Amino acid sequence: MTTSVSIIGGSGYGGGELLRLLLAHPNVDVQQVTSRSHLGEYVYQVHPNLRKQTQLKFVDPAQIEPVDALFLAQPHGQAQHNIEQYAALAGKIVDLSADFRLRDPALYEKWYGEKHAAPDWLGRFVYGLPELHRAELATADYVSGVGCNATASNLALLPLVKADLIEPSAPVIVEIKVGSSESGAEGNVGSHHAERASVIRTFSAFGHRHTAEVIQEMGLGRVSLTMTAVDLVRGVLATVHAQAKPGAANKDLWKAYRAAASENPFVRVVKESRGVYRVPEPKVLAGSNYADLGFEFDESSGHVVSICAIDNLMKGAAGSAVQCMNLMLGLDETAGLEFMGLHPI
Amino acid sequence: MITVSCPECAAEITLEESVEVNEIIVCPDCGVDLEVTALDPAEVELAPMEEEDWGE
Repeated sequence: MTTSVSIIGGSGYGGGELLRLLLAHPNVDVQQVTSRSHLGEYVYQVHPNLRKQTQLKFVDPAQIEPVDALFLAQPHGQAQHNIEQYAALAGKIVDLSADFRLRDPALYEKWYGEKHAAPDWLGRFVYGLPELHRAELATADYVSGVGCNATASNLALLPLVKADLIEPSAPVIVEIKVGSSESGAEGNVGSHHAERASVIRTFSAFGHRHTAEVIQEMGLGRVSLTMTAVDLVRGVLATVHAQAKPGAANKDLWKAYRAAASENPFVRVVKESRGVYRVPEPKVLAGSNYADLGFEFDESSGHVVSICAIDNLMKGAAGSAVQCMNLMLGLDETAGLEFMGLHPI
Repeated sequence: MITVSCPECAAEITLEESVEVNEIIVCPDCGVDLEVTALDPAEVELAPMEEEDWGE
C-alpha cells in the first residue's frame, strides 16, 4: 500500500529535491505539485534531472486535493497564513520552511522580526530532525523543516551535548561555510555568477536566523553562528569551537561520537588517520542524506573543535523531511534515502 | 574471538584467528596502524605512521 503525497511549492530547490526523493520512494505516490509561477509546465522543465521520471505538471495551490501527507516547500512566511487550510487536506504535514521550527512565539518574533501569524500552531509541530526527536516524530502529525545551517551546527554539537562534555555557560562559536543553493532558486545581485563565483564571503558574522534553532534544540545560551559563502553549489560545513568540561579525555569524545553514529542511520564518524578524506567534507555528500561528524580535542586547554558536513538540500532540508515522513508513517526510516553519494565528484 | 581496544580511539577491534605477534593491523574506526605485541592476552600498540599534510 502506498502513501499519497503532494507538494505545495515545488519549483524551488527544496521542492525539486523533495520530488527527486519522493518519485523514487518505494512507499509513496506523488499526486500533485504546485507552483504559481510555473503553472501548467511539466516539473522536469524546472527540475531537469526529473525528465523521464514523471509527467506531472505544476498546478495551482487551489487545485490541491486531499492526500495522506502534504509537504510544504514555500518561501518563509507563507505556510503560517494557510496552515488551517492545509491541515484540512492532509492528516500529516511536513513544512520545510522556517514557519514552525521554533516553539516559542517570542523567540520567533525576536529572530524573524515579526509576530507569528499562527502562534497556537507552534506547539503542535515537532522539530524535524530525527537525530533529536525520533520518538516524537513517530507519533507526530505536524513536523517542521530544519534550517540547513542549524542542522550542521546541531549535529556537530549533538555528541558533545548529549554526553555532557562541554561547558554550557561558555561561548560556543560555529563557523559555517555554505554553498550557493542554500539561498534558493531566486537570484539576486549577489548571486549573479560574476559576483558569486570564486567567493569566500562572510555575509553574516552574527545574528543568522538559524541560530535560534541551535539555541532551542541544544539548550545552549551563548551560541554564535558566523556564515561564509564559498564556491560550492551544494554543501554546508559547520566547525564548532567549544570548551570541554574539566577532566574530559579524548576517549570520552570518541565514545560520544561513536554513540551518535550507532544510534542514527545517517550519522557517520569521519576521523581518519589515512587516506585523503580524513575529516568531514561536503564534497562527497552531494545528493546523500548522510551527516559526517569529526572532532579534534586539545586535552591540555579543553578546546574542542567539532565538525559536521552535510548536503544542505538533503540532511539540511528535503532528506530530513522525507526521513521524518518515514518515521511519521511507520516506514523504514531510511526508505528512499539510500543514495550513498558520488566519488569522485 | 580475540578482541583488543584501540589505544587511540578505544574502538573494540576483533582480531583474526590467524593474527601473529608483530603483525600490523588497521583500526577500522580511526585508521591508525597498530602492532600486535602479544597474543595471550592480546595486546596492541600504536605503530609509527607517516605524517601527511597534503601540501598544506
